[in-house]
Amino acid sequence: MPKLLNLLLAVEHGMKKPVWDCTMCGQCVLHSTGMTCPMTCPKTLRNGPCGGVREDGHCEVKPEMRCVWVKAYDRKVSLPLPTVWKEHYNDLRPPVDMQLKGTSSWVNLITKRDQQTPAGWAKRKEETGAH
Amino acid sequence: MSKLRDLLTQSKDVVYTAEFPVIDGGGMEQVKKNVDRLSPWFVAVNATDNTAAHAHASNVSVAIAMKQHGLEPIMQIVCRDKNRLAVQADMAGANLHGIENIALLTGDDVTAGDEPETRRVFDLDGPQAINVASILNAGTYLSGRKLSPAPNFFICSVENPFAPPHDYRIERALKKHRAGAQMIQLQIGYHPDRLEKFCAGVAATVPDLAIIPSVVLIKSAKPLGFMNDKVPGISVPQEVIDRVAQSADQAEAAYQLALEQAKHALSLPGVRGLHITDFRHDDTLERLMYDLGRTPNQYK
Ligand code: SF4
Repeated sequence: MPKLLNLLLAVEHGMKKPVWDCTMCGQCVLHSTGMTCPMTCPKTLRNGPCGGVREDGHCEVKPEMRCVWVKAYDRKVSLPLPTVWKEHYNDLRPPVDMQLKGTSSWVNLITKRDQQTPAGWAKRKEETGAH
Repeated sequence: MSKLRDLLTQSKDVVYTAEFPVIDGGGMEQVKKNVDRLSPWFVAVNATDNTAAHAHASNVSVAIAMKQHGLEPIMQIVCRDKNRLAVQADMAGANLHGIENIALLTGDDVTAGDEPETRRVFDLDGPQAINVASILNAGTYLSGRKLSPAPNFFICSVENPFAPPHDYRIERALKKHRAGAQMIQLQIGYHPDRLEKFCAGVAATVPDLAIIPSVVLIKSAKPLGFMNDKVPGISVPQEVIDRVAQSADQAEAAYQLALEQAKHALSLPGVRGLHITDFRHDDTLERLMYDLGRTPNQYK
């Protein structure tokens, strides 16, 4: 098993690094963010853009880079992505689980490990319905 | 008890808020001076958290000091400098001292400050931090561990309807509302059309989310140019800068601009008050308040 895991990890990173500059956070949300990785945002924001986006749509922190969330919103509006993906765009995504850093999000998806949230978060989600 | 919450939920009164000046010197004497200047006009005032990425006396300590001097704080917590443990510790500390208004912000980047070499944290983002405050309100920490007595936070946030992607700003405000925000202060902006669209969009879906736009008091065209060139997220159209710059009396033109903005903002749906940022530190604050029909100590 560890061999297979390592293989999956290598394949996932090999594919995602060149296209999305993947940092292997282990809890991939690409499908719900217009196929734009929020971990490339210098503030690693997973729930939309900060207030510092420049008038030209570029990043507060790196003026030479287009804001990740401007890109994500454009793509959500214009790309022919599946409707269910677009519906998840406004989800309240939970804080990153730092324990998953460096693991394969594919494996975490299959085992549902990537859906585990702290008990307080899970309880509120249950009580208020889907975010 | 939060007077801010009571006014917003049980009355139609207009709510005025402001920023408490940062405390680097002057000690409690300075705190008292600030309170004396602000308390006649404002129902609650923001105790900032390392604003503009500069270190200052802490959010919790200033909020406590304000409260001791009789001014209701809105205690900000910024995600830039604190991981989720520290954010929750601030909340539990506020609860311990009976501070009910808290505002959760993502925060500007460390590059905006005088110590750009520091580590940026952003362990949570703004909407997540709001949700964490809601979790504490239900009597537990994020982990599920009990916190007693449970806080009764009036949860506030900030949004910037003037920065791209403009349409998305409405959805983001709605997300913050779902996470638990009941009031949203807006960043400084000089595009009335964007403000109109934002307020209409938010009020159409969540009429109970109190929108508090910002108005800035400045003395000349210079700060307008500065904000436009140097502050990410703020754009000031050239016509607006010219209008003040080409006037014979810049201070007066800048004042009229602010008054116009204030009246326009108050006419929009969902708007329940104004947040006044005073960069003039003269008697213009009083003039603005009188011109908006206020008299001192109306909240007392
Ligand atoms: S401008 Fe966009 S990419 Fe840059 S820090 Fe803000 S949200 Fe992230």
